[in-house]
Amino acid sequence: MHKLLTEHPGQKMMLLGNEAIARGAMEAGVALAATYPGTPSSEISLNLFQIAQESDLYFEYSINEKVALEVTAASANAGVRSLCIMKHVGMNVAADALMTLAYVGVNGGLVIISADDPFMFSSQNEQDNRYYGKLSGLPIVEPSSVEEAKDMVPYAFDLSEKLKEPVILRTTTRINHSSGIVTLGKIAQRITTGDFKKDPFNYVTVPAVSRKLHVKLLQNIEKAAAISDQSPYNFTRGKGRWGIICNGVSFNYASDAVMDLNIADKTKILRIGFSHPMPSAMIKAFLKDCEKVLIIEEGEPYMEEAVKAMAQEEKLTLSIRGKGKDLFSRLFEFNPADVRKCIADYFGVNFSAKAKPDLSDVPEIPARPPNLCAGCSHRATFYAVRKAAEGQDTIYPTDIGCYTLGFLPPLSMGDFLICMGSSIGTSCGFSKATKQKVISYIGDSTFFHSGIPGLVNAVFNNHNFTLVILDNGTTAMTGHQPHPGVDMSQMNMDGFQQVSIENIVRAVGVKHVTVIRPYQVKKSIGAIKAALDYQGVSVVISKEGCVLHLKSLKKAVGKPFYVSDKCKNHRNCINDLACPAFYIDEDRVKINPDQCVGCAVCAQICPENAILPLKRSKA
Amino acid sequence: MDIIRLIIVAVGGQGNLLASKVLAEAALISDIPVRMSEIHGMAQRGGVVESAVVFGDAKSNIISDGDADVLVGFEPSETLRAINKCNQNTVVVTNISPLPPFTVMIGKGVYPDLAQLQKLIQAKTAKLIAFDALALAKKAGNVMSLNMVLLGALLQTGTLPLSGACVKEAIRETTKASFQEINLAAFDLGFAAAQNA
Repeated sequence: MHKLLTEHPGQKMMLLGNEAIARGAMEAGVALAATYPGTPSSEISLNLFQIAQESDLYFEYSINEKVALEVTAASANAGVRSLCIMKHVGMNVAADALMTLAYVGVNGGLVIISADDPFMFSSQNEQDNRYYGKLSGLPIVEPSSVEEAKDMVPYAFDLSEKLKEPVILRTTTRINHSSGIVTLGKIAQRITTGDFKKDPFNYVTVPAVSRKLHVKLLQNIEKAAAISDQSPYNFTRGKGRWGIICNGVSFNYASDAVMDLNIADKTKILRIGFSHPMPSAMIKAFLKDCEKVLIIEEGEPYMEEAVKAMAQEEKLTLSIRGKGKDLFSRLFEFNPADVRKCIADYFGVNFSAKAKPDLSDVPEIPARPPNLCAGCSHRATFYAVRKAAEGQDTIYPTDIGCYTLGFLPPLSMGDFLICMGSSIGTSCGFSKATKQKVISYIGDSTFFHSGIPGLVNAVFNNHNFTLVILDNGTTAMTGHQPHPGVDMSQMNMDGFQQVSIENIVRAVGVKHVTVIRPYQVKKSIGAIKAALDYQGVSVVISKEGCVLHLKSLKKAVGKPFYVSDKCKNHRNCINDLACPAFYIDEDRVKINPDQCVGCAVCAQICPENAILPLKRSKA
Repeated sequence: MDIIRLIIVAVGGQGNLLASKVLAEAALISDIPVRMSEIHGMAQRGGVVESAVVFGDAKSNIISDGDADVLVGFEPSETLRAINKCNQNTVVVTNISPLPPFTVMIGKGVYPDLAQLQKLIQAKTAKLIAFDALALAKKAGNVMSLNMVLLGALLQTGTLPLSGACVKEAIRETTKASFQEINLAAFDLGFAAAQNA
């Protein structure tokens, strides 16, 4: 049985933040969940996917976040408790549905998880999604710990049903990827089927209906504000005239700092866990008792702006500070020492941090940048494109996935990237605005997520570029989640269809379509050359499984290779391909047999044919 | 109780996260407050994985520069890279069998000299235990048990509020049944190595 289905309320368990959220969903009786995978949210979905195999939970990896939100919006409106999971940038994709769903509201509970990523450990920006609460008018709750993350899920569902609105549960990476001891609660009975009662004059958002619904939304925000003021997740700790207002993980750093600085007798902390609408009565009462107040929040000055406005309403003139050159940054993650220092500086507390070691004599340590895996088929494709495009002035728009790493030298296959699906849309623009040859990359999962409309646009508007679809049969970057192009029978799962990328590409009207096997180097280069010569939109689908995924499916690629005595040390293999299975030993290139997966791409590009299968040499 | 802050650094795939999980389970068994945090970008693709484990009544689960009480390094150059987390009271345990980054492997970077690396760490911290943990993992029966060797050495230092017996119980609960004997042997080898270091 899945460990998150353990009954035994009161038992303590060590859980990852994302596991705790999935457990919270079980305790809330969630019966339907949908997502598009994205770090740092991925393990929530992974656990629910596994739980769905052994229970009546319905879980799906949807094609993108907008669709996931639409799926859950419908089920929640049929009365089924539903959970929609995404990373912060996913909410941009879902935003069109989100903004009007707030007008329509829900019947059964709907909780939307937004996993934000301060410091961009695995993201393209560090947007602060609390503003989505403000923008849409939906309540936001934010945990400070792993245990609280679990407990907030049932709370958010109850709140959603009380207000008849979706509720956003906002986490940050430091909650998602932390572990802590969690006390299990009771798993609720799942109600898996509901009943949708037709009411088009409240559900179909034509202007006349929406005008009425916007009024209702504003009333709901008022109700939510009253609940926020009473919420147990907004609380004050300590007494004193120095005030700290904080949220999320900042509460932990602030609490530790107050102890470290010995100012517990002078300082009180207001922790905001229900952050939209902000608890105004609570905050105003807090401000009145304070001499000066410090706002500690990662990301944008969301609370700071609200608190300053509240002070103005109360005609209070105390110092309220948060972000600023001398205080907290709007950049990146906070850490305990920086928070401690800002608190000490702002309140004028003497504190000397522990002496840090003198690092002036430490030599430069070689960097350990992430790299495409040994034998990664993307490397083979990038190599073939580089060879096919030799001599041409090219632009390479790329997209979100493992293959984004191809922008690093020596492959240098990535010139522009803004969001999922942008490789195709931006190719349309580059091809119109420049005389350069545009060659763009998109992964299979990303193609389904948001690539198709861009491709339709390209065909209709008669743009001129070559799109390379890197089809490795899985969503590799986030940990091998399935997508509509995956053959699920490989994983012994039934109940799924498989959607052919090639058929889609042909169906939208692309005339020049070729499918290559990137491990066949010469053939691939030839096929890509032909695609580059084509005037108009040409598509090359490069099909080869992700080596990591194949390993986990116990489908090894091949036997390792070695560099024989025929090698004349040209080093094309290292300089052009840079597979991490290569190493230099006494000025000679060698191949680490433990890393080599036998893709044989290097053997095909070696000018002396010096790279041979290891097995044959020993036989 | 006193707050103990432990940093573990490793290269993706060396078993850092499992090692931290064992310690967290051991803390749970011993009824000691514990929180931990993983810091990994795209580590599966050859990057660095750092985990922070905080024992005691702190609320924070990451560790600022200079604040670590103990540093465990699975790879010597990564141990040196993490030296900014240490202060002059920090205890450091490190494997000295290198796993050079790809840049070094292809001759485009210089790996630090191992003797100098140890001297530098020694000069900046309270205590250094450095040994070839990979050799001991092999001796135990599996290179993958490197993490357990280092856990054994860590426990020998007596810096954590956990007993060796309790960590062994956590190893039995947390690691795959087929590897348990090897893992426990690896733990003992690491413990003994630290005693003699």
